[in-house]
Amino acid sequence: MSDTAAIVAQCEAMFEDLSFTGVRAWKAAVPGRKVVGFMPFYVPRELIHAAGALPFGILGGGDQLEVIHGDAYYQSYICRIPRSTIELAVTGKLDMVDAMLFPSICDVIRNLSGMWKIMFPKVKARYLDVPQNFRADIGGTFYRGELGELRAMLAELTGKPATDDDLRASIRAYNANRRLVREVYAFRAAEPWKAPSSEVYLVMRAGMVLPVETHSKLLADYLAAAKASDRPKRDNSRIIVSGAFCEQPPLNLIKSIELAGCYIVDDDFMLVNRWEQSDVAEQGDPLAALADSYLRDSADTAAKYEPDQARKGRYLVELVKKRGAEGVIFAAPSFCDPALLERPMLQRVLASHDIPYIAFKYAENSGQMQPIREQAGTFADSIKLWS
Amino acid sequence: MSQKPPAADVVKEPSMLKQKEMIEANYERLSGAKAQGRKVASTFVPGNLNELIMCFDLANNLPEINAIQNGMRKKSGMLIMEAEKRGHSEDVCTYVKADLGMMAKGNLGPNGKPLPEPDVLLLSYTGCFTFMKWFELVREQYKCETLMLHVPYEGEGHATKSMRDYVVKQLKEVVIPGLEKVSGVKFDIDRLRQYLRESAKAEDDFVWVLESAKRRPSPIDAYFGGVYYIGPIFTAFRGTPDATEYYRLLRQEIAARIAQGQGPITPEGDFGQEKYRLVVEGPPNWTSFRDFWKMFHDEGAVVVASTYTKVGGLYDLGFRHDPDHPLESLADYCLGCYTNRNLPSRIDLIEKYVRDYEADGLLINSIKSCNSFSAGQLLVLREIERRTGKPAAFIETDLVDPRYFSAANVKNRLESYLQMIEQKRRGASPRAAA
Repeated sequence: MSDTAAIVAQCEAMFEDLSFTGVRAWKAAVPGRKVVGFMPFYVPRELIHAAGALPFGILGGGDQLEVIHGDAYYQSYICRIPRSTIELAVTGKLDMVDAMLFPSICDVIRNLSGMWKIMFPKVKARYLDVPQNFRADIGGTFYRGELGELRAMLAELTGKPATDDDLRASIRAYNANRRLVREVYAFRAAEPWKAPSSEVYLVMRAGMVLPVETHSKLLADYLAAAKASDRPKRDNSRIIVSGAFCEQPPLNLIKSIELAGCYIVDDDFMLVNRWEQSDVAEQGDPLAALADSYLRDSADTAAKYEPDQARKGRYLVELVKKRGAEGVIFAAPSFCDPALLERPMLQRVLASHDIPYIAFKYAENSGQMQPIREQAGTFADSIKLWS
Repeated sequence: MSQKPPAADVVKEPSMLKQKEMIEANYERLSGAKAQGRKVASTFVPGNLNELIMCFDLANNLPEINAIQNGMRKKSGMLIMEAEKRGHSEDVCTYVKADLGMMAKGNLGPNGKPLPEPDVLLLSYTGCFTFMKWFELVREQYKCETLMLHVPYEGEGHATKSMRDYVVKQLKEVVIPGLEKVSGVKFDIDRLRQYLRESAKAEDDFVWVLESAKRRPSPIDAYFGGVYYIGPIFTAFRGTPDATEYYRLLRQEIAARIAQGQGPITPEGDFGQEKYRLVVEGPPNWTSFRDFWKMFHDEGAVVVASTYTKVGGLYDLGFRHDPDHPLESLADYCLGCYTNRNLPSRIDLIEKYVRDYEADGLLINSIKSCNSFSAGQLLVLREIERRTGKPAAFIETDLVDPRYFSAANVKNRLESYLQMIEQKRRGASPRAAA
């Protein structure tokens, strides 16, 4: 087995493990350890880490989980991630989680925070509001306050108030991790045949269940192994996947896009891994540094307001240029308000720049990949023939 | 099942005529705004800042109300399909699509005249994620000034000082300077205080109206009738003498009904005998509004309290606009709207309504378009049944998409539910009856 194959196999095992054995083992290793679950798209993991707890990304149940209980809590027109997350919790698969954070991504996840308070009263559940005003003295002040409240909640949970020095150390650990994430993404864009997206996805996903230091080592190992690998370059089209920032597509969907003749050279899966676009300041007030980074330097996504109409969707155009992409695939979960409301605006921006795109919807348990393969394959061919 | 014969003409009381005049005048004001040199603001109902908008002499356009008007006039289906043809997903909010479809089709208001292009979009981002995308979509077309007022969600069940300060600071440093710039009118806080003083008067009478439903028989229907009662106070009239007068008239009419031992008035006339008292959660369906209402009053089911009539403020919990603390009061108003409260708070409120209004149970109208309301409602149902011992039921419709209103299904569900209540009254378990 090659080095990349061994690493990817390890990541795939973590991905498929819906009992989250690794998270349980981490918690069991030292008495008193706490696990803090979080939903997409972003939480300041540094605060959790600094409090001595494990940030644990919960991205739904995927296509291997049969949802029985979760469906009893949701109407048919609501996306799948909240129902599979409830299924995980009701069936005891999240019973090692001591607290849950629900970021401000949409009304469904927002309301799930309240459901959690009622259904799992022993678990601390908190909705994490993020500013939609991006002025330092307005949104920044508010967000710093929110971070302060979160820090206090975590201190109460762990019994270990995080000092500013603890926080700065955690920022350093996550800065290192994000640098590696960016390196892996850059390498994939440069030589996508050596770092298939189905692999990169699993390597990134591992960051949801591993301590950041372990994940950073894994990223470095994968990067080294991928660079050293010798794989054939194909005449694929280079595309970006957009809209999959919350409920995750099945792994088979990513593989199907690749098998259809596309190299995915960027995506918005698991934005939390690279939310901050460059290093968070490692000196000074750490909460102010995190707030500042959120305001000035965070990724663009549908859950964030764009104050400047002229900038709307420009990030995607700039990403297409930066990655040398030839088109965009809008892949959004069914019933995903943020992605589906955003999509027409992004499509018009792309059209105005003559960037081709296609769109489809999925659910985390979508099983039939033939239509996706045909659509992506036709898109790839059309790029090769006419773009 | 007894059915009243349909009335040839809808029965109108003075307050209804007053409101009709007010709405028509507002649409005339809007369609004539440009000719009169008046600037136009578009904004949303929950957390709306009507008093502030009036301080700048802006005409106030409310896209949700336009969508409702189009829904009730059976025009929204075509508008929604127009938006879907233009690339908007079938999965997303039909208010948004009805609005975008209306813009694509000439932007005609209910008076048949084109609505003006907005000069400013006041994005009061309160209790609903979709609002943000909605105005990004509208802004894309009009390229006009857009003022975001981010109202934090009461995730822990209450507003904090930090949240209030954040909203006030946005009002002071973003919204007010932005409205001054667009309108050319300098902000006068005393003018705002005067409007807020007027608002509080109307709010007192409005609460009296809502709470009249605690009587037996209830003199009002707090959902189907309630959506008319909230009209002035939730929209472009709060803070005006017209609104104060409307609520004075309404209170008078209801007092007269109480004195005569009468129930609510319906489009078909008097309600008749009150058989069931319900609390309803969720917005109504607008495309078949009268048919929907008729299903209830044909059965003698009166809604004594509803949550939809709280999306524009929870006045019955004591909130009043306060002229002595004008900006703080606006912030508290925005923070406290129903859909900006967390799910446990919503459940507590519904439980209180079931008890205080001596309801027979809870009916949830789950709206496909509205995740802000709908996500979590099945848990709401379970919790209310568990806490009150009263039966709860679930129906599914949509706001303004006629494709999602199945009259037969709704009627069946409602009739089954009322039978469940009957069995419960006779001592059988609601689950066994279901």
